[in-house]
Amino acid sequence: MSIRNLPIPELFERAVDGDRRALGRLLTHIERENEHAEPIAELAHPLAGTGHVVGITGAPGSGKSTLTGQLVKLLGELGFRAAVLAVDPSSPLTGGAILGDRVRMEDVAAPETFIRSMATRGHQGGLALAVPGVVRVLNACGYNPVLIETVGVGQVEVDVAGTADTTVVVATPGMGDGVQANKAGLLELADLFVVNKADRPGANDVRRDLDLMLDLSHATGQDQRTGLRPEIIMTSALTGEGAPEMWEAIVRHRDAITENGQLDQRRQDRDLVEVRNRLLVAAERRVDELLADTRHAEILGEVAARTRAPATAAAHIASALD
Amino acid sequence: MSDDPIRVVLAKLGFDGHDRGIKVVARILRDAGMEVIYLGLRQSYANVVNAVEQEDADAVGLSMHNASHMTLAPKMVAALAEADLDVPVIVGGIIPDEDMQPLADQGVAAILGPGASAEDVAAAVRAAVAERAG
Amino acid sequence: MTEDSNATAQANAEAREQWQAAYDASKLREGPFETMSGVPIDAVYGDAPYPGQYPYTRGLYAAGYRSKPWTMRMFAGFGTAEDTNARFKDILRNGGGGLSTAFDMPTLMGRDSDHEWALGEVGHCGVAIDTLADMEDLFADIDLGSVSTSMTINGPAAMIMAMYVAVGEKTGVERSALAGTIQNDILKEYQAQKEYIFPPRPSMRIITDMMKFTSAEMPKWHSISISGYHIREAGSTAAQELAFTLSNGFAYVEAALAAGLDIDDFAPRLSFFFNSHSDFFEEIGKFRAARRIWARWMKERYGATSERSMRMKFHTQTAGVSLTAQQPEINIARVAIQALAGALGGTQSLHTDSYDEAMALPTEDAARIALRTQQIVAHETGVADVADPLGGAPYVEWMTDEMERQAEAIFAHLLEIGNDSILEGAYAGIENGYYVGEIADAAYRFEREVNAGRRIIVGVNDFTDGDDGERNLLRIGPEVEEYQLKRLADVKQRRDDDAVRTVLDRLAVEAADPEINLMPSIIDAVKTFATEGEIVASLESVFGGYVERVVL
Repeated sequence: MSIRNLPIPELFERAVDGDRRALGRLLTHIERENEHAEPIAELAHPLAGTGHVVGITGAPGSGKSTLTGQLVKLLGELGFRAAVLAVDPSSPLTGGAILGDRVRMEDVAAPETFIRSMATRGHQGGLALAVPGVVRVLNACGYNPVLIETVGVGQVEVDVAGTADTTVVVATPGMGDGVQANKAGLLELADLFVVNKADRPGANDVRRDLDLMLDLSHATGQDQRTGLRPEIIMTSALTGEGAPEMWEAIVRHRDAITENGQLDQRRQDRDLVEVRNRLLVAAERRVDELLADTRHAEILGEVAARTRAPATAAAHIASALD
Repeated sequence: MSDDPIRVVLAKLGFDGHDRGIKVVARILRDAGMEVIYLGLRQSYANVVNAVEQEDADAVGLSMHNASHMTLAPKMVAALAEADLDVPVIVGGIIPDEDMQPLADQGVAAILGPGASAEDVAAAVRAAVAERAG
Repeated sequence: MTEDSNATAQANAEAREQWQAAYDASKLREGPFETMSGVPIDAVYGDAPYPGQYPYTRGLYAAGYRSKPWTMRMFAGFGTAEDTNARFKDILRNGGGGLSTAFDMPTLMGRDSDHEWALGEVGHCGVAIDTLADMEDLFADIDLGSVSTSMTINGPAAMIMAMYVAVGEKTGVERSALAGTIQNDILKEYQAQKEYIFPPRPSMRIITDMMKFTSAEMPKWHSISISGYHIREAGSTAAQELAFTLSNGFAYVEAALAAGLDIDDFAPRLSFFFNSHSDFFEEIGKFRAARRIWARWMKERYGATSERSMRMKFHTQTAGVSLTAQQPEINIARVAIQALAGALGGTQSLHTDSYDEAMALPTEDAARIALRTQQIVAHETGVADVADPLGGAPYVEWMTDEMERQAEAIFAHLLEIGNDSILEGAYAGIENGYYVGEIADAAYRFEREVNAGRRIIVGVNDFTDGDDGERNLLRIGPEVEEYQLKRLADVKQRRDDDAVRTVLDRLAVEAADPEINLMPSIIDAVKTFATEGEIVASLESVFGGYVERVVL
């Protein structure tokens, strides 16, 4: 029987037992937010939530895929069964995407590693829903840690950082990354900085810039979120140098937030945020239905004819929501 | 068929380093709204099988530039079948006419030659996926 | 007349006199230098700077092809080392002194014939070399002291050069007497051809070791040939081909200077290799701009004082990528036009492609027609009788300037990302995907234009009638592979494995120390009959491999 036609509980059972095809299929359902997504989440949620989720983000060319590959290799050697979720942007014009991160990890990763590529668009509710859903299933199937790799631009990072226990921001010399990170708001998201290509001239300058910015943000109280000052680790993704130090720093961060109660708080917040996001999606859908409802055609016509203000029309339609 | 994007694994097997064609095809498929899991050069059969499993891909595209298509493409088809993965394998490249039928006989779902337009490429992938989905 | 134009006329007259003196001192081939109809023609037309004068836009030598037409260098390689050896001996018997060696895919990738991916590739597009034994077969009964050998290989160039040195020593030829060229242009591998093994920096370390080694011990050896051909084949524009190739040349110069070599000792030993595509005037402008840019940069940026350092010599091959599988015989016309562009651009040597190469390896007939095509250009068209015959034509001069302008913009970008170093810019561009991204963009744009019918490719998207589908294809049988696998197994059986292990271990230790030149140990390794793949693996254990960043 083709795996495509298996009932969801059976598919889920297989995935938990280590069938990667089954897991691959489950993730597709989650990504597509189709009718199977909710039953899958229902099965996965009780088994998930204890795995360490690490976000890794940085500008294109910062070497983060290679660095993630080195980390995955190290995790394999340490006996972890890790998963990677590699997120790449979709074409805004066509909705298609080229997902090219796997190739830099595949060859070094331990055979148990599960790597999944994901495009940013085409998800109902955006990444804020899809990423936690995918992480939940990976976690439920015994993958721990789960690394989420993203390109360092904009909303995607904010969504992903919301899903991660530890967010690593990768910077490199010669690209003004310290400044870029600050501009993109990555500074506030970072639990840990990695200066990659540390053998390159300018690496120490980047470190100094980051330190300086952290000093400033400390002065203005921006790192009150965690109460921890992010560490700065130097690595060379090409040689693998610094990968163990990076992992140790990630673990230190996790231990620190476990101890101070942050981790539990973050996870609770996260689930709450997901509930909220789902409600927002549902609400939006409901609103679209209302707008399409013929009962409201008349009042919308009045808005068009400029005999009624949009605010009045909205208030009128909203009364139907109760 | 739903509106969900088709996911295609694109790879080159063996030593051959000519990747102009496969890169053009990656963009053609992206611009046709598909999600391309780009593996690129010098992939092993195992890498492709892993990618199809983990990415839940709908099709595999192989780019061939030299004469090794007759050995590599059928082996790829066999490796996928071995892993119980029912996805079509589409071969692109300069394939002599006389090799077309033997490749089809060995399970290659479609062959795209140098004259194929962007529409031909996207259509061939869609058709191969639709046929498999039955 | 104003003072300025007086001065210009004066300078022009002086340049003309200097040119005339250089021309008179040139050894000329036999004429007659007149048109087909018997009209006598001058050796050059137009204004200064003249051919042979800095910055060499109009050519390297005063007499152009009147001294010597371009070299018709056709290379082919196939089968076992013994097959190619027989071909070499043929060439030598017929008066040729230059041997060009093409290697098969596994050899080019630094892997042995018994590697899992080698199946179907052994001896296919060139000769298979696994161990010193194969190299000995390749050059059996040939006096390496009296030939010049060109080897088209990059990633494992050090191992192949080491084998050549070892064959020389075994046959009593000092390494200082060995003459030849090895392509060894690793930067363009990351940018376009993709036959890399190690990451860029360790690869450059090996190349620097080779440059130092040849500089000290092999004065007649050219340790690098900088190739834009493959950049163009991968889909770049003409200007990108020009700029990436020249900047790679600058990068090697910077690496050599950093290694303590003298520019005027080193630069004259560099040579280049370009593509000639179908856009006639763009190609000619590209070739002319290439000479001018090289001369200026050598003189002004790198402080060369010898004219030999400023003179860019290049080989040209017609564009394999332009050949169509549809109506293949019309490729003959494409090749003729591209060959003509190469000649008008002043190439030193030329390879013309066979019309059937889009489908498979060239048949013997097709290779003959390709050679005949450039012979027609050389001997029937008269283009070889006047140096830089298009010089001074407004469109040609504009195109030359435009190619230079576009190239300079790319150099500026590389200097920016490399903190004023072209070498660092090249590394940065490789690592951040700049080159592959630019090339992929250009290739895709071209495909879209063809696809939309905005650009016509005869026989492909227009004028498609007349394709009978008949193909006469050359196929290589499995015998070569069987022979080579047995040969490799025999050599491994006979050699002293302990000696192999010892030297490979030492090599790995040395690889970790950038102060040590790796060439002596690589030469020691090949002498123990360590395979190319084993030596590569030993270095790979220290340097690691390379996977390109996907930029699409």
